Amino acid sequence: MKSLLIRGGHIIDPSQGIDEIGSLLITEGEISWLETGEVTPPQPDYDVLPARGLIVCPGFIDLHCHLRQPGFEEKETIATGTRAAARGGFTTICCMPNTNPPLDNQATIEYVKLKATTEGVVRVLPIGCISKGRKGEELAEIGELASAGVIAFSDDGEPAVDSRLMRQALDYSRAFGLPIIDHCEDTVLTEGGQMNEGIIATRLGLRGIPAAAEEIMVARDLALAQLTGARLHIAHTTTEGSVDLIRRAKEKGIQVTAEVTPHHLTLTEERVIGYDTNAKVNPPLRTREDIQALIQGLRENVIDVIATDHAPHTEADKLCEFALAPFGISGFETALGSLMSLVHDGQLTLATLVAKLTYEPSRIIGDKYGKLGTLAIGAPADVTIFDPNLEWAVDTKAFASKGKNTPLAGSILKGKIMATIVQGKLVYKDESLRLKEG
Amino acid sequence: MRTTQQKDNPSLLIKPRTPLTTSLWQHHHILDLDDFTPEEIEVVFHITEAMKEVLCRPIRKVPTLRGKTIITLFYESSTRTRVSFELAAKNLSADVVNLNASTSSVTKGESLVDTLSTLQALGADIVVMRHPQSGAPYTAAKYLEASMVNAGDGWHAHPTQALLDLYTIREHKGNLRGLKAVIIGDIKHSRVARSNIWGLTTMGAEVILCCPFTLLPTGLDKQHHHFPQVSIEPDIELALDGADVVMALRLQLERQQSGLLPSIREYIQLYQLTEPRLAKAKPDALVLHPGPINEGVEISPAVARGRQSVINEQVTNGVAVRMALLYLLAGGKEQ
Repeated sequence: MKSLLIRGGHIIDPSQGIDEIGSLLITEGEISWLETGEVTPPQPDYDVLPARGLIVCPGFIDLHCHLRQPGFEEKETIATGTRAAARGGFTTICCMPNTNPPLDNQATIEYVKLKATTEGVVRVLPIGCISKGRKGEELAEIGELASAGVIAFSDDGEPAVDSRLMRQALDYSRAFGLPIIDHCEDTVLTEGGQMNEGIIATRLGLRGIPAAAEEIMVARDLALAQLTGARLHIAHTTTEGSVDLIRRAKEKGIQVTAEVTPHHLTLTEERVIGYDTNAKVNPPLRTREDIQALIQGLRENVIDVIATDHAPHTEADKLCEFALAPFGISGFETALGSLMSLVHDGQLTLATLVAKLTYEPSRIIGDKYGKLGTLAIGAPADVTIFDPNLEWAVDTKAFASKGKNTPLAGSILKGKIMATIVQGKLVYKDESLRLKEG
Repeated sequence: MRTTQQKDNPSLLIKPRTPLTTSLWQHHHILDLDDFTPEEIEVVFHITEAMKEVLCRPIRKVPTLRGKTIITLFYESSTRTRVSFELAAKNLSADVVNLNASTSSVTKGESLVDTLSTLQALGADIVVMRHPQSGAPYTAAKYLEASMVNAGDGWHAHPTQALLDLYTIREHKGNLRGLKAVIIGDIKHSRVARSNIWGLTTMGAEVILCCPFTLLPTGLDKQHHHFPQVSIEPDIELALDGADVVMALRLQLERQQSGLLPSIREYIQLYQLTEPRLAKAKPDALVLHPGPINEGVEISPAVARGRQSVINEQVTNGVAVRMALLYLLAGGKEQ
């Protein structure tokens, strides 16, 4: 395969502290050369992808998505989900195990990996269940799952309700060095809840989901992480109180990492007004104050990564009474566009945003699957190229995902993925981008 | 001859005291009162007055909505609201079809949107819907060319009930501005309370909510500053002090099972509207209740049937208000 030169882009690679104009060369699926400034590589024979005015960075890594296969293929498949990820600039995605059957044993993990290899276009790293059948009763065979190649354990969609089970999961996983990812929710407090508890829920007559329901579980998990010394990762953090709890835990040296989604960073509970079921998500969209705390948390590294929680559903699933609709937002294809609003508003630097999508998640995954989240020489050539200023309208009909469920349908976003490269292979390219044959 | 003339010119039949200004009316659906302006509520009052005049005639029927099809679709049981809408539609000579949809048909796979599309295809001009899920009329209205009238959705809204409450208060007090209205009971689960809060405050009244805090929805307290005209007073005697209007809400007996109340007995002790408590209000204070009443729970029989009770007037006014709303949605637009 001919080499590919990505020329003259603004290279941002937080793993190496690069944030300037430069070029890089991809050979045999790896980064073979990278120089800043106006330099051309010594090797003469390559195709050229002109990237002037574009950002060139390591491929995005998503620690949290739902690919729905096996079991819910009407909502998404590994084929459609990975194409949606590619359109969103993601080169590595970690899929949650709440499939049917759930990913609680080696066979189901092997199935996902096989489908990803044969039908997928980006790297898929599965997450295994904490408990057998996601029932929250007995530990899944965590050791076998670890050797099958999972990157973490989670019963996502549901919390590990039983504190003893959570403690055992944390303790048992230590031997394998993999984190437990918890969906923090006190399900007794949230029973029947539809949206954030507050004046909007009161006005709409919808049962509320209080911030305290998340914070109680975050606090419990942090205490158990301290007790066991295990690695804990908090999924989709949404409240100011959770950010405070995680900040204090990190100060105490507890091994915790946390993620936040693009929708919780950019949309408030007001999106639910009019009963838009596409704005129904768990945890729910919160308030402006929560968003400010989450952004502050990102800046201070209290929150380590941004993850999409891509949760596709069919139109029929969402075309119903609000209380009957499932939770979830289809997030891959709007992630960058919505996150860039934080950069354009001066709330986050571009370098921080890129770090939260590349280097930081790669640190949580570790190097078991190669050097991810970096443009270092010899690393797999996972590269994302985007235009930070291009405005585009969200047209869900154009989505690669089967899930058209986004409250952003019809919105104008500023910032668009132009190309996504996985191990040297161009898996997505915007129509406007021209490749020059060398 | 006179009868023929009346039939041909419906506008002669409805004689308001002041000229109608239906041009202020902008609603294609009636979903809640939170998007009504004071002027629009006044329009409803004006037309209601004319409708009350119709109801006083020996033959309480006008041809205004002849040829219009009104479908009532109730996913929840109801006696007074449903009958009230049906009578209102019939008094205006509309064709009325009543559909009893059980919630189980939803779980059996017939979606709300499918049902509404069918009603649309059958030629409905107005659909009156009651539904146990908050927001269901909004979902339905998106797929409906016909007008949607919300006859109560979950905990969310019951705009026609609130309008008839407002009308009844205004009949007695002349004006709503500056009145002190106390709503007592299960605010949290009450669509009547919500619609009345928006309606009363829109018309310039002050609202005091009186209930145990477990039955109060989040965000209405003073500290949140969302609604400066709304305040909370858990002590019923303090809440009633100087009140012009007192509204008691039905207490669902299952609220105790869900742990929101220690016992119904304690609720009666703390919150039942009794004669000695009502004496704290102004002597001419009105007592309202949206019905059906749990007599001896939220209200004592003596107060429910007492001198200050306007509970039966509420029911009568309900028909007139709903006639006015149906007229505005179907007939009033054409003027």
